[in-house]
Amino acid sequence: MKRSIATWMHKRPQVRLAALLAAPTLWLVVAYLGALGALLVTAFFTIDSFTGNVIAKFNLGNFHDMLTDPAYRNVVLRTLGIAISVTLICAIFAIPMAFFMAKIAKPKNQKILVALVLTPLWASYLVKIYAWRTMLEPRTGVMDWILGPIGIHSPGFGGPAIIIGLSYLWLPYMILPIYAGLERLPNSLLDASGDLGARNFYTFRRVILPLIFPSLVAGSMFTFSLTLGDYITAQIIGGKLQMLGNVVYQNFSINLPFAATIATIPVAIMAIYLWLVRRTGALASL
Amino acid sequence: MSLMGIGLAFIYVPLSVVVINSFNSSRTFSWPPSRFTTEWWGKAISNTGVRKALSWSLAAGLSATFIALLLGTSLAFAVSRYNFFGKDIISLLVVLPISLPGVVTGIALSNAFNQQIGLSTGLLTIVIGHATFCIVVVYNNALARLRRMGTSLQEASMDLGANGITTFRLITLPNLASALFAGGLLAFGLSFDEIVVTTFTAGPGIQTLPIWIYNNLFRPSQAPIVNVVAATLVVVSVIPIYLSQRLSQDSTSGGRF
Repeated sequence: MKRSIATWMHKRPQVRLAALLAAPTLWLVVAYLGALGALLVTAFFTIDSFTGNVIAKFNLGNFHDMLTDPAYRNVVLRTLGIAISVTLICAIFAIPMAFFMAKIAKPKNQKILVALVLTPLWASYLVKIYAWRTMLEPRTGVMDWILGPIGIHSPGFGGPAIIIGLSYLWLPYMILPIYAGLERLPNSLLDASGDLGARNFYTFRRVILPLIFPSLVAGSMFTFSLTLGDYITAQIIGGKLQMLGNVVYQNFSINLPFAATIATIPVAIMAIYLWLVRRTGALASL
Repeated sequence: MSLMGIGLAFIYVPLSVVVINSFNSSRTFSWPPSRFTTEWWGKAISNTGVRKALSWSLAAGLSATFIALLLGTSLAFAVSRYNFFGKDIISLLVVLPISLPGVVTGIALSNAFNQQIGLSTGLLTIVIGHATFCIVVVYNNALARLRRMGTSLQEASMDLGANGITTFRLITLPNLASALFAGGLLAFGLSFDEIVVTTFTAGPGIQTLPIWIYNNLFRPSQAPIVNVVAATLVVVSVIPIYLSQRLSQDSTSGGRF
């Protein structure tokens, strides 16, 4: 019996494929994509201001409110500014670190360094932000204790704290793709550039940077997308500052359709970003 | 060299502070710690709220990992061994839950549960949410291994007269096992400390460990115990990555990319 099932299956690759695909497709397409689709539709609904129930009637009111209210425009611009700063800081830290890991460290140490950079990627997100709360606590925090003597003080809780915290969170996401890109880059290219008289910085700007550009883009997709939706960092170390995620979170329980409308912004920004990146052709060479 | 050192210090100082602080004898936050104690560890272990949260986290993590293993592995088989319509789309779709902001996934699922299906939030909805973003790590680990394995071993087994089921049991599965174990560990680690999607899918009755921390973060009286739980989460997340690194040499990122 068992044998005959095995034989029957073996002769029918289509059936095997269908059996393999059924559950994951059902889950990802119907459950996940379906939920995202339903959220998008909800963005066009309103709520009954009396009962708080969602009224399924198509209208553009939420989008109109979102685009015309200067308060929301400020939140969008502020969040974008934070996302850009975080991405730049991550890149500034990540490029030299990845370069050291891929090209300067001995092969034996390379693996250890990768593991060292990788491990905190899996450490609890909440704990990392909590850690920065103890780091940045004004006067009694760890940062004032370490850097106070050389005249650097904690910026306190607010915009700069959010930028530090988020850069910390997403740094490994930036290091790893750049490391992978640099690892693929042959050393002979760097030697050739040097032999032809280029100084280190010139080699970096004209040889390395163009070749690792796709990796930078891959890393920035994470740093950008994750920053646009974050609300917990702002709640814990942001003081009174609000990001897009906070607006979504606050509206979630009182006005779900409006929360859905706001949630389309990070998705839309990411879609535009992906489209721009596609046009530069960086994705094709990833 | 020095930049690497500064970078690593930037990565590790905050995490070490959390671990050291869990032994800080001071009841309120004070740095540097004047004396060290293990008192808070004892108190945290006997704290009923923490214990309950731990059991919810374990239940959610184990169930989500189980589902992710089933779905991720079958998807990896389909993508590595067959050609089909929509293959590119499905391999993009599997990454989407961890590349979109958690708040989007969270409210989308919550909206679907509450408004569309009428499923009340609880452990089941947490598990569905977690499994959705855990599939990708199992999938990536399994896919990398399947690609490296090739099909020649299976073909040899079938040529020698084994049927599909026997080949799977004696050849494919043992070769795949360590990649699946690594993927499963990472999926569990991902689920164990997730907070955003959990916040939206948990409903009022259930606290996982991260949610417990979050709810007690601004209560000064609970600060020492929060430190202990936070330190535990750091240590627990380091073990899976260490083990999975040793088990699977397929990728540097452990399948998160």
